[in-house]
Amino acid sequence: MATITYRDALNQALREEMQRDDTVFLMGEEVGVYQGAYKVSRGLLEEFGPSRVVDTPIAELSFAGIGVGAAMVGLRPVIEFMTWNFALLAIDQVVNSAAKMLYMSGGQTPMPVVFRGPGGAALQLGAQHSQALEAWFAHVPGLKVVAPATPYDAKGLLKSAIRDNNPVVFLEGEMLYNTKGEVPEEEYAIPLGSAEVKRAGTDVTLVCHSKTVAVALRAADRLADEHGIAAEVVDLRTIRPLDVDTLVTSVRKTNRCVVIEEGWYFCGVGAQVVDELQREAFDHLDAPILRVTQADVPMPYNKLLERAAKPSPEQVLEAVRRVAYLER
Amino acid sequence: MATAAQIPPIPAGLAREDLLDLYYYLQLTRALETRLTNLYRQGRVIGGLYSSLGQEGESVASAFALADGDVLSPLIRNLGAMLVKGAKPVEVLRQYMAKRTSPTAGREMNIHFNDLRLGYLGQISHLGDMVPVMAGIALTFKLRGEPRVGLVYVGDGASSTGAFHEGMNFAAAQRVPLVVIVEHNGYAYSTPTTRQSALARLADKAYAYGIPGVTVDGNDVVAVYEVTRTAVARARAGEGGTLIEAVTYRRRGHAQHDDQRYQSTDEIARWEANDPIDRYVAQVTRAGWVGSSELEGIDRRVQAEIDRALEECEDDPLPSPESALTDVYVTPSVTEELWFRRLNA
Repeated sequence: MATITYRDALNQALREEMQRDDTVFLMGEEVGVYQGAYKVSRGLLEEFGPSRVVDTPIAELSFAGIGVGAAMVGLRPVIEFMTWNFALLAIDQVVNSAAKMLYMSGGQTPMPVVFRGPGGAALQLGAQHSQALEAWFAHVPGLKVVAPATPYDAKGLLKSAIRDNNPVVFLEGEMLYNTKGEVPEEEYAIPLGSAEVKRAGTDVTLVCHSKTVAVALRAADRLADEHGIAAEVVDLRTIRPLDVDTLVTSVRKTNRCVVIEEGWYFCGVGAQVVDELQREAFDHLDAPILRVTQADVPMPYNKLLERAAKPSPEQVLEAVRRVAYLER
Repeated sequence: MATAAQIPPIPAGLAREDLLDLYYYLQLTRALETRLTNLYRQGRVIGGLYSSLGQEGESVASAFALADGDVLSPLIRNLGAMLVKGAKPVEVLRQYMAKRTSPTAGREMNIHFNDLRLGYLGQISHLGDMVPVMAGIALTFKLRGEPRVGLVYVGDGASSTGAFHEGMNFAAAQRVPLVVIVEHNGYAYSTPTTRQSALARLADKAYAYGIPGVTVDGNDVVAVYEVTRTAVARARAGEGGTLIEAVTYRRRGHAQHDDQRYQSTDEIARWEANDPIDRYVAQVTRAGWVGSSELEGIDRRVQAEIDRALEECEDDPLPSPESALTDVYVTPSVTEELWFRRLNA
């Protein structure tokens, strides 16, 4: 099995899907000649030509809408936002057009479009370029929301997203592009809506997705070393639809849970996870579920401030000690 | 009436049958909206009711310039364009009455329904948003090498939006086959165009995109047809888009609930005297192209058709409450056979 980066895994998914289905095309700022602001589309213009790798003006609202129109008449557009922060300029088309077209048409007009690009905080990019907006999109019925953590998941989930007949919001981790992992040579796809246990354990469930999977795994290492606590790490992979079964199965085993996310606390993804678990696993909980999120502030620029605002393994450790009643 | 020897040729490549068809769609639009207004007052039509009274001419004539396979995106006052493209009065009545049998199964209101096979996309409500969406449809035609054209209607108000600008800019830069009709009807809800734009001619916005901009008398049916036909031919030939400003007037309020006190009675009366259907009838009968009795026959046919449509649907069932919960997602979400290949087969 080859070890490749998250970036190249996404690139492989795009290339293979474009080879498989000539209705798939990529559109966005800098995706063609420049090969992507993050080089996810490297080599695609050369292979597929300018009619399938379309450079656009710097105008998110238009090219999101153009994707909606193209999806209505038979193409499968993959719309790249340079980052999800810029997608806020296009949220009208994502929420008002893409998410609602099937329903408003009485089931007549499917919307096979993928909106993808990096989300979450990178390093010292400031408040307007460091947002994890999963919860915004997951709130909207009609959208599917995917946020992979590893190269393997990134490739398998992007392929499923492109094949899906519903609009999919696909949030890549900006800090994950250079991370490496094993990706098989042979064809595979990961169904949307399936979480994965990234590390098995018996004492506490750490729920995470995207970049916070690494945070949870580091915390799990330290919990094992420092406290003898076996943490189970559950990677949501898809935010909507949410794989409640996998979450409940884990919490029924561990009886304790901490939910970690890069987004903000208020109305975050974790709030939904907690709601599902209190209903489906109430009698299995030995402690209130705690959440670790970004601090409830716009992301600050200074390195020390930024570090303080981001969810960290230390915060996860502290939360686990509390749900395990090791400290109050 | 003129004698045969004195009859001037019909302009714009129109045949006599076309003139009768145009009249049929003009009257169908007006009569259907009149019937909807009555039903609204009786409480049988719910939701907002938007009248295109005084604007039917440009809606019908522009859509009439399209061919089968072309796709248009109407605004709330483009019922006429949808009827030309094949939408049926019974569908419109069912939509307004929120029947289970409506094209959207009671999910959406008024003319918010689409039929991409017939060639209309009536589902985008937010002003200006339909410009990039239609640019995407026209881009698809271009990428596939299909000789099809998109036509999108926006109002003077929508031409102030960022979505309009971004969509126009993309369409022009990519030379997609998209014709944009800006209906300059005087008001965006209650705001007059003079407070929307400093331009005297909204067609001048085309200069910003590097495409032709044409202003046409929107109440002159034949002129609108001719201008649109030229723009459509240009788009179909791969020469890119055109912005057409159709100058017309909204004689009713924004919707039935709007008392339009901001529009003076003099102003409304002036435009009533400039009614597109009256002008069209005068033009085609005075020239001797069609006879008054033929038009009267069409009037009777239109009324009978609407009576029949209402009879057909007024007792239709309402949707079951549980049906509110379906069609949020396509299931199964992945199909072996791609849906659009079936659609286009």
